[in-house]
Amino acid sequence: MLLFVIKRFGVMVLTALALTFVVFYLTNLPPNLEKLARTEGSVRMTDQAVADWIVQNGHGGSVFGRYAEWLGVAPGWALTDEKGVLRGRCVTNQVQTATYCGVLQGNWGTSTVFKKPVLDSVIEKLGQTAYLMAAVMLVMVPTSLLIGVMSGMREGSKTDRVLSFFSIATTATPEYVSGVVLVAIFASATTGLSPILAEWGWIDRKTLFLGTATSAQDNITFWNFTLPVMTIATYGIGYIARMTRASMAEVMTAQYIRTARLKGATFRSVVLKHALRNALIAPFTVIMLQFPWLLNGVVIVETLFNYKGFGWTLVQAAGNNDIDLLLGCAVVAVFVVLVTQLISDIGYVFLNPRIRLA
Amino acid sequence: MSDNWDASKPILQIENLSISFFTRLGEIPAVMDFSCNVMAGEAMGLVGESGCGKSTVALAVMRDLGKNGRIVGGSIKFKGRDLTNMSQEELRHLRGSEMAMIYQEPMASLNPAMKIGAQLAEVPMIHQGMGKTDAWALARQIVADVRLPDPDRILNAYPHQLSGGQQQRIVIAMALMSKPALLILDEPTTALDVTVEAGIVDLVKDLGTKYGTSMLFISHNLGLILDVCDRLCVMYSGEAVETGNVREVFSTMRHPYTQALFRSIPLPSADKNASPLIAIPGNFPLPHERPNGCNFGPRCDYFEKGRCNAQDIPMSAVPNGDRHASRCLKWSEIDWAAPPALRTQKPKTPIGPVVLKMEDLKKYYSTGGGAFGGGAKKVVKANETLSFEAHEGETLAIVGESGCGKSTFAKVLMGLETATSGSIMLFDERVQSTPIQKRNTDTVSSVQMVFQNPFDTLNPSMSVGRQIIRALEVFKIGADDAAREARMLDLLDLVKLPRAFANRMPRQLSGGQKQRVGIARAFAGGAKVVVADEPVSALDVSVQAAVTDLLMDIQRENKTTLLFISHDLSIVRYLSDRVMVMYLGHVVEMGTTDQVFQPPYHPYTEALLSAVPIADPKVTRKRIVLQGDIPSAVNPPPGCPFQTRCRWKTQVAGGLCDTQMPPLRTLAGGHQIKCHLDDKILAEMEPVIKMA
Repeated sequence: MLLFVIKRFGVMVLTALALTFVVFYLTNLPPNLEKLARTEGSVRMTDQAVADWIVQNGHGGSVFGRYAEWLGVAPGWALTDEKGVLRGRCVTNQVQTATYCGVLQGNWGTSTVFKKPVLDSVIEKLGQTAYLMAAVMLVMVPTSLLIGVMSGMREGSKTDRVLSFFSIATTATPEYVSGVVLVAIFASATTGLSPILAEWGWIDRKTLFLGTATSAQDNITFWNFTLPVMTIATYGIGYIARMTRASMAEVMTAQYIRTARLKGATFRSVVLKHALRNALIAPFTVIMLQFPWLLNGVVIVETLFNYKGFGWTLVQAAGNNDIDLLLGCAVVAVFVVLVTQLISDIGYVFLNPRIRLA
Repeated sequence: MSDNWDASKPILQIENLSISFFTRLGEIPAVMDFSCNVMAGEAMGLVGESGCGKSTVALAVMRDLGKNGRIVGGSIKFKGRDLTNMSQEELRHLRGSEMAMIYQEPMASLNPAMKIGAQLAEVPMIHQGMGKTDAWALARQIVADVRLPDPDRILNAYPHQLSGGQQQRIVIAMALMSKPALLILDEPTTALDVTVEAGIVDLVKDLGTKYGTSMLFISHNLGLILDVCDRLCVMYSGEAVETGNVREVFSTMRHPYTQALFRSIPLPSADKNASPLIAIPGNFPLPHERPNGCNFGPRCDYFEKGRCNAQDIPMSAVPNGDRHASRCLKWSEIDWAAPPALRTQKPKTPIGPVVLKMEDLKKYYSTGGGAFGGGAKKVVKANETLSFEAHEGETLAIVGESGCGKSTFAKVLMGLETATSGSIMLFDERVQSTPIQKRNTDTVSSVQMVFQNPFDTLNPSMSVGRQIIRALEVFKIGADDAAREARMLDLLDLVKLPRAFANRMPRQLSGGQKQRVGIARAFAGGAKVVVADEPVSALDVSVQAAVTDLLMDIQRENKTTLLFISHDLSIVRYLSDRVMVMYLGHVVEMGTTDQVFQPPYHPYTEALLSAVPIADPKVTRKRIVLQGDIPSAVNPPPGCPFQTRCRWKTQVAGGLCDTQMPPLRTLAGGHQIKCHLDDKILAEMEPVIKMA
């Protein structure tokens, strides 16, 4: 088991290197750098000035060299410009503080949008997103498994048909549609349910839920956090429920389920004791895959509900050509994907006794 | 409820049971007017071909017919209570406690994610409300009862950690956990090797006697039924056609189907040249295509138009029998003692020169440790020092249980694998290290294979004719499409399929017909050596005879060398000229069929022969049940490979078996045996099978 984890870790590091390099390469393409030069320097710079700016700010040289510097395995660039000012990657206040200062040393660069170190802002925003993701998982996983198991245990029954309809409908609706629809129904003072409920006196506020989640950054309440969570969860619920249903339906036709039934076990015990563990093997992988996918889902939802988390940061970074911040987000995303996949593989072993890791 | 049951009344009483499946095509009757009684402590056999409804009857007794199945008539009384109108809750209390079922595929019947102990202990916990500790203790005791070694380890194991035979013993143990009054066994040994089967059958019989359990034993194997059951019921196309005492029915059958069935199975008295098997003509009728009157009518030798197909035929009792009955109008008119009419004697194929010669062939596989690499490298010794010759026109049978290396040998010969060392001479070419991609077309087309499972080996989306033409194209036969088309039609004639089948898709064919297509494909390039890997084991008995006959006929015509891989010794005895017995990668015995089937035997051959059930009450055979499982080829025992299970081991002086690999000895008549036993002891061996 330990050997397996070590091996997987090695593979993870390699994957992380490859993926960050791809992102680094794409964000450091010449047009991007030119754009950076013009935003940081002056919009009216001559082409020659742009080229000089790029070199003087450490964006010259081969992309591999710069990647190594960014990573912190090659010495950071440093040069004295024509004004006699020492500039460099590892230079603060004209003093060379270290030879290597890349991501590995904890120096993730400075965000041009937020004007503060990337690491600080990424960690802060990731914290915000973690609350959102945790809430989504808490809602999504139990609900979807319940729906999936309920519809899969009696394939073709009325319960199955109703639940299947529900899950197909939700999974066929992208977040930017369901978000808008939810806002219109629950968070508008003029349309949807809220005016009716307010008229009946069932709610004190003007709307049932709040259409923006900015206030949730300081204080999460049912009122301000329900809609963003539901918007992400709805899609996932349908998806995982479909997977669970298929897996459950297949397990229910297995011969060992017949064995259990003909042993005299109650239907409840057949489902809970015999079918469930076997049926969860496939959806488990899907659930773990939802984590990386959630990172993607939060981009839309955080923007829609103006919740300043990881997704919102990513949008800001991409929109403002903030290369260091983009790279920082990429590192975090890669890390989340790989760690969840490792957890998924290890969890798989516990669910499925037939798999033993070397 | 079982306490006050009168033991003189039947435990299970099925009366005029009719079962239908309701599909989109409408109602499809699966079982019609089926009646039988099982008395306390009695074993009732249900025998018939696949699709005859025998498993449906069993599931109906458990009331587990699925969504589509429904009992449309009759009654099933268990200890006097009618099961057909019981509620699910009442049924649940009977299932597992009063009646239990043992299934065909033990691996699939056990929950892969639950420990054996938990699965066993569940039964008394459900039915007797037993505590967990007591239930596990009982499970331990029952596991010891089904003669599994090291019960504590087994209880904590998962199903995939056990061998097939051990799994089946666990399924049996599970059925016995609450000492049921009725045990239903649905082909319990079909997925197992013969020697393992023999052990399971012995166990089931002993436990039946020990606990006084009644049994409903479903099988397509008549020999097994004779071994286990007291009474039997022969089913054909959803109906019981004959029922009675097993020995009485086997010796004085009173239904043409039973008779035809016995004539189509290879009993020791059959011989491929002198008295060939008689296949039942025609095909099994599909449930919605059953004829009027007698279902067996269209295939019956005694069919009388206007009488047999006029009305439904009732069961009629055979006088002076032991509750013997037959569903035939003419049973009293038929001369049952008359020998079968058409038995054309066929000339023996002359044996030609050597076409295939193997010398010291070895095939080792190396496997990595775990699923993700790493761990110690292991070597699987699949074949060790394999040497033999095969002649033109000869049938050489290769016999052994699963894991003995017979399929590996076929793969090496075909070129799907290359040999580790040794040589294979095919005609005048050495092919041991030429993979099939590098063999020339001639070599490929001259060595072909007929596969075990005809259902999986035909491309489901290509018509039959197209598949054969494709083989012809690959073998570069025929000048143009027209020539190949003509050759394909010839091949269909050769395998006795109507030419119209060329346009059919494989799904429209029955199992036997598919296997014929498989044979046509193998012979498409005029194959000289054909490896038939269990070609009939997936087919029904009545079809087996026809396919076997076909293979023999083609062999006679083309002087083909047939390497017949099988575990079924009855069919091997019937059709082979020479037999090679393999165990754990070694050839332990080789000789002509008579030499191998008569003493002196190799101890393994002896055990193998005694394990095969024979459907002939006149035959007595010695029971030698092998202990334990076949050792792993990764870690074979030192010395003789068979020493761990050999009952003769003590007769060899000096513990030679533990330390030394026995030499290959040649006895009289070229009979080869790999054994340390003295000539004197070998000479004194008694035959396993005796004809009374």
